[in-house]
Amino acid sequence: MPRKEIKLPYKLERLSILDEKGKLDKSLEPDIPDELLLKLHRAMLAARRFDERLLNLQRQGRIGTFAPITGQEGAQLGAVANLRPDDWMVPCFRETAAEIWRGKTMDNAIIYFGGFDEGARPEDERNDLPIAVPVGSQTLHAVGLACAMKYRRKDTVVMTFFGDGATSEGDFHEAMNFAGVFQAPVIFVCQNNQWAISVPRSKQTRSETLAQKAFAYGMPGIQVDGNDVLAVYAAVKEAVERARAGEGPSFVECDTYRMMMHTTADDPKRYRSEEEVDEWRGRDPITRFQKYLKAKKLLKDTDIEKLEQEIKGEIQSAVDRAEALMKKLGDPLDMFSHTYAEIPPHLAEQKEELSQVLTSDKQEANHG
Amino acid sequence: MVQAINLALHQEMEKDDRVIVLGEDVGKDGGVFRLTEGLVQKFGEERVMDTPLAESGIVGVSIGMALYGLRPVCEIQFSGFSYQNLHQIENHASRLRRRSQGRLTVPMVLRAPYGGGIRALEHHSESREAFWAHIPGLKMVIPSGPRNARALLISAIRDPDPVIFYEPKAVYRAFREEVPEEEETMPLGKSQTVQEGKDITLISYGAMMRPTLEAAQELKEKDQVEAEVIDLLTIMPLDDELFTASVKKTGRALIVHEAPKSFGPGAEIASRIMEKSFFHLEAPIARVAGYDIVIPLFAREDAYLPNVQRIVRAARQVLSS
Repeated sequence: MPRKEIKLPYKLERLSILDEKGKLDKSLEPDIPDELLLKLHRAMLAARRFDERLLNLQRQGRIGTFAPITGQEGAQLGAVANLRPDDWMVPCFRETAAEIWRGKTMDNAIIYFGGFDEGARPEDERNDLPIAVPVGSQTLHAVGLACAMKYRRKDTVVMTFFGDGATSEGDFHEAMNFAGVFQAPVIFVCQNNQWAISVPRSKQTRSETLAQKAFAYGMPGIQVDGNDVLAVYAAVKEAVERARAGEGPSFVECDTYRMMMHTTADDPKRYRSEEEVDEWRGRDPITRFQKYLKAKKLLKDTDIEKLEQEIKGEIQSAVDRAEALMKKLGDPLDMFSHTYAEIPPHLAEQKEELSQVLTSDKQEANHG
Repeated sequence: MVQAINLALHQEMEKDDRVIVLGEDVGKDGGVFRLTEGLVQKFGEERVMDTPLAESGIVGVSIGMALYGLRPVCEIQFSGFSYQNLHQIENHASRLRRRSQGRLTVPMVLRAPYGGGIRALEHHSESREAFWAHIPGLKMVIPSGPRNARALLISAIRDPDPVIFYEPKAVYRAFREEVPEEEETMPLGKSQTVQEGKDITLISYGAMMRPTLEAAQELKEKDQVEAEVIDLLTIMPLDDELFTASVKKTGRALIVHEAPKSFGPGAEIASRIMEKSFFHLEAPIARVAGYDIVIPLFAREDAYLPNVQRIVRAARQVLSS
């Protein structure tokens, strides 16, 4: 009875449906209604253009630092398209595309990056949490939400997003472990975009894939081509169905790439080569998807041109509205609101103190 | 106090199905101090969750539950193990209300035994309430006896904001007090004058209330000094109205806590007295506190913790200057 192989109930797969050249594996093609395919395409394109516009606004000093999502549209939207409105989404800080899909307005995104807390307020009809900056910390909130849903006998699920860097954090492991133990209806969507600021995936973990980490916590894991929106959609669909059916959590690793900087405050040229970026440019999720849609006769070049114009107008309107609103926001006294349900006496005093400071400043400015 | 807290949990869970208890060993074992005894038998494993051993996980999951509208009461086995979850409280629980402009709230309670005096292991005796009190958006509550522990815990569970509820474990089984069967609550953010007096104001909380009250008794018997004694009960927000009014009356103040002296709650209390009752002061404000060192193992614990003699001596100094 010496050494014996322990048989584990897991096998690891990588799913790819639509390759870089737009070639489709017919046998794996998910059954997505045309309308949803076109909606997905539009959302991916809008996310790309919005990202470009945000970068432009940031470079002009009209908004502050933000985290661009270019290159990850397929991973985000392929995943989140599986959610119902009454499900919850728990993002990290690089999910603008998914957030807009879920109903966040571009206006609010601009306002948030423009430095106003008001932009983080989820719209009333949206269940999702605001973005989470401390890496990996939000995955636990997803598990708590999912435990609460299970307790309330709901058939809703929670989808949480995070990157490759987050898989090094304790909170990620605690979240996976809790989700496994309590069979919480959570879908862990890892956007492995290869870089955690300047640290490559190879220095983040010694494990062959991120997907295999799922097995240690007793849940299924799969790796998908994250730039293949069809593959992401299909893999996440299975995970959502499992969660909805009460079969517990799953982990989906989307193998993708962050085409731009970590945030607008960093310069990726310091740590990665142009060749690497070019290689991934060839795997762009949007051009690949467009080839597929064209082959399906759902999309023509003229449609794309029209769409581009529409999106441009939409973004411009959002920028105009957000900039007009930002001029009206900004009463410093607002920062005392919403710290507690009711303002305690010491905060009321401090608010009054600031109010007097502001009045004196104004008076001095008027007299000076 | 153990029974009183247990009673509060039983009654509140019975009353409100949103209340969920979770933590390490809180189920079958009933908690290492038996605070959650009998809960799992009565409410089942769905509402009394024995969790994996992971403090950040316990608190992060509680945040998610609270965001969904439940009222999680999580237990961290010893406050010294709270550093792993400090970031979840600081980065998320305390500020989701603000970040979402009031759209999302985190009505959770984190319970943890704290403080010295029971000859515990290393990392089991710290008094770090200042960490929590320093975080905007949190309330920080420390009861001092069975009756107020029960009433404050119920209020904490019902509070719309996240509450850190530190239980002085030296008091867990130190003395008995009648706790009425019918429900009793106490407002958070309010302190109590537990003894009236005119000569000096003694301000304390938690486990230090016992030696503080004994010191007041000794001052009365040996020095004919009438000390006014205030039990803070809530460390954040501080009820400065009560203690500054008291100092206006007595002109003298002594603060007692077992937390390290520097940057401890006493420093904040002294500042507020300076801001609000300075012209009534007849002597410098004094503090009897833990020293700014790692709390020693139990052989030297008694020398570290403030005791009746230290409090009496400090009070005499304040009274004589």
